[in-house]
Amino acid sequence: MTVQTVLLVAAALISVGLYGTLSQQVVVMVMMGLELMLNGLILAVAGLWWFCAPDPSGQVLLLVILAAMTVEMAMGFAVATSLHRIRRSDLTDTATDLSG
Amino acid sequence: MVTHLVFWGLAVVAVLAGVAVFVVNSMARASYSLALSFIAVGLQLLLLQQLYVGVLVILMMVMEMAIMAVYMNMFMGMNPAMMSMNMVHGARHALPVSVGVFLLLAAGALFAPWPSRRGSPPADVTAALGMELMGPKMLAMAGVGVVMAATIVSGVVLAAHRTRYDRFGDDLRRPRPADPQPGGVGR
Amino acid sequence: MADLPAVVSGGWAPVAAGLLGALAVAAALLDGALAGRAAGVRSGMGQPAGEVARLLRQRRRTTVAADRLLWRIGGAGLLGMALMIVTVVPLGRWTLFDLGVGVVWVNALDVLAWAFVWLTGWGANSAYALVGGYRFLAHGLAYELPLMFALVAPAVAASSLRVGEVAAAQQGLWFVVWMPVAFVVYCLGVVAIAVWGPFSPALGRDVAGGVTAELSGVDRLLFLAGRYALLAAGAAFAVPMFLGGGAGPLLPAWAWVLVKAAVLLAGLVWLRRRVPALRPDVFMEVGWLVLLPAVLLQDLLVAVVVIGG
Repeated sequence: MTVQTVLLVAAALISVGLYGTLSQQVVVMVMMGLELMLNGLILAVAGLWWFCAPDPSGQVLLLVILAAMTVEMAMGFAVATSLHRIRRSDLTDTATDLSG
Repeated sequence: MVTHLVFWGLAVVAVLAGVAVFVVNSMARASYSLALSFIAVGLQLLLLQQLYVGVLVILMMVMEMAIMAVYMNMFMGMNPAMMSMNMVHGARHALPVSVGVFLLLAAGALFAPWPSRRGSPPADVTAALGMELMGPKMLAMAGVGVVMAATIVSGVVLAAHRTRYDRFGDDLRRPRPADPQPGGVGR
Repeated sequence: MADLPAVVSGGWAPVAAGLLGALAVAAALLDGALAGRAAGVRSGMGQPAGEVARLLRQRRRTTVAADRLLWRIGGAGLLGMALMIVTVVPLGRWTLFDLGVGVVWVNALDVLAWAFVWLTGWGANSAYALVGGYRFLAHGLAYELPLMFALVAPAVAASSLRVGEVAAAQQGLWFVVWMPVAFVVYCLGVVAIAVWGPFSPALGRDVAGGVTAELSGVDRLLFLAGRYALLAAGAAFAVPMFLGGGAGPLLPAWAWVLVKAAVLLAGLVWLRRRVPALRPDVFMEVGWLVLLPAVLLQDLLVAVVVIGG
């Protein structure tokens, strides 16, 4: 367990999450991809904190990431519910109104 | 030595469970394998001495995945029988892109000249975090609080389909809201 | 401040599990006796033993297209949860696992009930079982936040998340005396994670047993044992949190912990036949409009006392 190995595992988690985010059609599955990326991010920040600069203020960043994750989840569920209510669909491909 | 073994074991679990999210054929299995991935990362945080944040990750994510499974079944109408749910678009690009990103990040992780450790961890990491949040980093905490409140309001606005006019009548004079699901206090 | 509990080696874990098991069996016997008295028969105490024997011999029922893996995980999970909770409960002068964030640890574990109960309902691929699982989650949305804030109160009063320090902080006055609201809400939460008494609609007779509708044989035994074990573990955790830990006259500290846990457990078991079932839709509003503000006020009061005193 060194800073390199922790970051390597985090990179793997982020890449798997990125694959899901790019490829999945269902809104909730896209959210799962995003969350997997944030999961990797949490691990990376924690590893950097512990191995490079373990002063108390670094942990605050972790709490902010956790908060970001909560917001992502709440808004994601709200948008998915709204989309399902209006269009009877849970696919990202039916919600491309804002794509250029 | 034991720490290393545990770390690698948890790493394998975290990544494989993450992969399983997009491979398995059941919504319940997908969301609970994501929960497993989070639990593994939370335990790794315990190894990195961040007790509070590690346990918090486990707490939040198990709860969230329980809710996630409900949403998934609501939208997709599944039953426990395995059915194919391979619903992807652009998988041809997604796979190379994510492999490329992994190689890039891995190269950075392995070859970047990471600085040697500056300072030493506080004796009580959790208490130090608390003092930090309630002291110099109060602004971050206050900011998170405001964002959370805004999220709650906008989430409800987006998701609810009945407004106060549906509940209390056009002139808002109805003494008791007309809800399809009766409540529990004073009604 | 009294001395903090010493960590004992992991070899004592079976003893802790045994004590938890003994409490759970006692709870089951008491429940059997109470059921027998309500039904007007003498031999109520023997009923749990008979049930165990019957379930051990029963053949497993199978359902079409069940998700066996998740089903089994859910059924066995409750027992595992209870065992993990008691690892941080100090037994007088000893503790198995002196975690710096023990209170949050227990909180994270009680959230696992959401996963396990729902999975047990989901895995069977049966409509009634799934209805039960959803009822539990609906209860969960209402009880979980009050439960979390109820756990905050003793931690604030003791200025520590370490269970041993919370217990040691009550040398003068037990927390239950000056934070009764938090204690009541905590007990409600314990009853809820054990799917017990007022929170039993998830196992309701109107939905053919709900989550347990398709459970049979050993799986059913594990699930039911898990419920009793959770009730016992919750009562045991209340001892260091609210009931002064091992403090008490004459008896040694470890005995007092067991006595207090047993008394609280008996109370919770007895409650089952005294309190009506809480419908999830009704309880949702009670949880958010009554329990949550009440327990927040309790936290505020505790914080003011701690700062001022």
